[in-house]
Amino acid sequence: MNIHEYQSKQIFKEYGLPVPNFLTANTTEEVLAFAKEISDTNWVVKAQVHAGGRGKAGGVKVTDNLKEVEEFADKWINNKLVTYQTDDQGQPVSCILVEERTEIKKEFYLGAVIDRSTRSLAVMASSEGGMDIEKVAEDHPEKIFKVFLKSPSVGNEDHLPLTEGLELSEEQTKEFKDIFRNLVKLFFEKDLSLVEINPLVLNGSDNLVCLDGKINIDSNALFRQDEILELRDISQEEEKELRASEWDLNYVSLEGNIGCLVNGAGLAMATMDIIKLAGGEPANFLDVGGAVDEKRVAEAFKIILEDENVKAILVNIFGGIVRCDVVADGIISAVEGVGVDVPVVVRLKGNNSEIAKEMLGKSNLNILAASELSEAAKKAAEIVK
Amino acid sequence: MSILVNKDTKVICQGFTGSQATLHCSQAIEYGTSIIGGVTPGKGGESHLDLPVFNSTKEAQQELEIDATIIFVPAKFCKDSVQEAIDAEIPLIICITEGIPTLDMMKLKQNADSAGCRIIGPNCPGVITPDQCKLGIMPGYIHKPGKIGIVSRSGTLTYEAVDQTTQAGLGQSSCVGIGGDPIPGSSFIDILLLFEEDSETEGIVMVGEIGGTAEEEAAEFIQSNVSKPVVAYIAGVSAPPGKRMGHAGAIIAGGKGTAEDKFLALEKAGVHTTRSPAKIGEEISKLV
Repeated sequence: MNIHEYQSKQIFKEYGLPVPNFLTANTTEEVLAFAKEISDTNWVVKAQVHAGGRGKAGGVKVTDNLKEVEEFADKWINNKLVTYQTDDQGQPVSCILVEERTEIKKEFYLGAVIDRSTRSLAVMASSEGGMDIEKVAEDHPEKIFKVFLKSPSVGNEDHLPLTEGLELSEEQTKEFKDIFRNLVKLFFEKDLSLVEINPLVLNGSDNLVCLDGKINIDSNALFRQDEILELRDISQEEEKELRASEWDLNYVSLEGNIGCLVNGAGLAMATMDIIKLAGGEPANFLDVGGAVDEKRVAEAFKIILEDENVKAILVNIFGGIVRCDVVADGIISAVEGVGVDVPVVVRLKGNNSEIAKEMLGKSNLNILAASELSEAAKKAAEIVK
Repeated sequence: MSILVNKDTKVICQGFTGSQATLHCSQAIEYGTSIIGGVTPGKGGESHLDLPVFNSTKEAQQELEIDATIIFVPAKFCKDSVQEAIDAEIPLIICITEGIPTLDMMKLKQNADSAGCRIIGPNCPGVITPDQCKLGIMPGYIHKPGKIGIVSRSGTLTYEAVDQTTQAGLGQSSCVGIGGDPIPGSSFIDILLLFEEDSETEGIVMVGEIGGTAEEEAAEFIQSNVSKPVVAYIAGVSAPPGKRMGHAGAIIAGGKGTAEDKFLALEKAGVHTTRSPAKIGEEISKLV
């Protein structure tokens, strides 16, 4: 789960991480009032959306002119911000963060993420703050310093590889040590999967300040993170993906025109891949999960069909412990009930698959049965040609 | 021979009286698996599927000789169940449950390692040795005793690979679903090592997917440690970056973990790969 920058900074504050004074507002009047409250001369205003890349998209403004603050608020509130991380619809802005401008002497990067290969928490710092950290990792891996932690208990010298790498002074090292310790505490207590401070800056009075904040929370842990769950902003989530999740369906929309309905995440990806190999383009990823019941299949068809690009649907079910004739029955009812108006290629594998194939063939609906995966993909690709 | 489980493996089930556990344990027993009891807190002393129920894994341990446990406990409570199994020093802990927090798994993996227990999963279909022992939610009938070892991060995609090797007449020595989470209890490498040492396994199918670097690490391991032929397939060539594809661990993050990178690493290490999930059986047939 993602949260907004202002929410991340609020949490930073609770954990004793230094952040600039900030307020959030939902109207231009409020933005102006808060701006005057926070500073007399210098402001930073930032549109709050979940996606990154806001700066380049015009969603961040640094100014000493109150008129520009007003224009910024007018422009973005109740508008959508499109960045390289969003789709072409963008994400809606309902909130502006107003902050005092921080003088920047130096910019660093500080982040923490679960490192799968070492099965530990990797805390990373870089002297190249404010940059795209993935690009730094690629071009200048020597400028990224890492510490790996197996538990929340931080040793007295654990921060040293980072502070030495960043060549911090004694005073800054002290400050960094606190930030480091609190960041790790925050990560474990709130079940994060990622936290990034980019940039962490050295301000005019030589103190470290977190100028930006990005937090991702492990969705599996939300059952014990009530406070975090309250921060969820569903306006930032893709509408179809959101609705799919309410039905326990995993859906991700893609660019192509062959809709996919599959049981199992791995098989769903494999189905997308084989459609591509057959010369087609998948319109979506959709995993209906292990229990293939009629209601959810019907809902899955509805969600797939909302995408106007879809010209055919490929259903790929590996029957497993559910009998294929039962699955076929569900598919036929769903296609009929939903009124699916594009050809549906169905590949059912497992117990009673021959009976199922016969049922599908006799259904008088626009359903084509296939036995093998590659055959099904070819049929679907041919339909949309 | 086989790996991890065989006809002599004595198994208990944690979360025994739940509906999923009941369904899959019934099927496992029917398949010939030696399930000897189960655990459901508060139901100790009762009998379920004609087998004794215990309040805790520790109590079960006092009464029974246990080689393995299969866990169907809901994600919220699953950390405690896995820890109970570790505390009882059950050598093989198979965790089917999906949705365990990653930080819990980090801790459990450390604890299991220091206690000398092996965890398979979580978020996995389990382990099967055809016609001997089925510890999981896979359909038993698609498997056939044979010579291919299968290891996979996915569920139904594993069944696809199983079905293809059965159709090709090769059969399987054992099949292991290591699960789709970011921190699995056992890695590809752990299982590849077992297949390499297993006299019955003549070839290995490895099914990976986007996210993380487990396949890249496996590639390196295979190059220097695995003499048997390996065919690898990676799901998610067409997956977009930054989107979680169903599994908690299946996400291309920061440009890392793409299927293409994994294919390249495997090919560089001399592993046979197939870009088509429909050709897994055909490819491994050519090599054994």
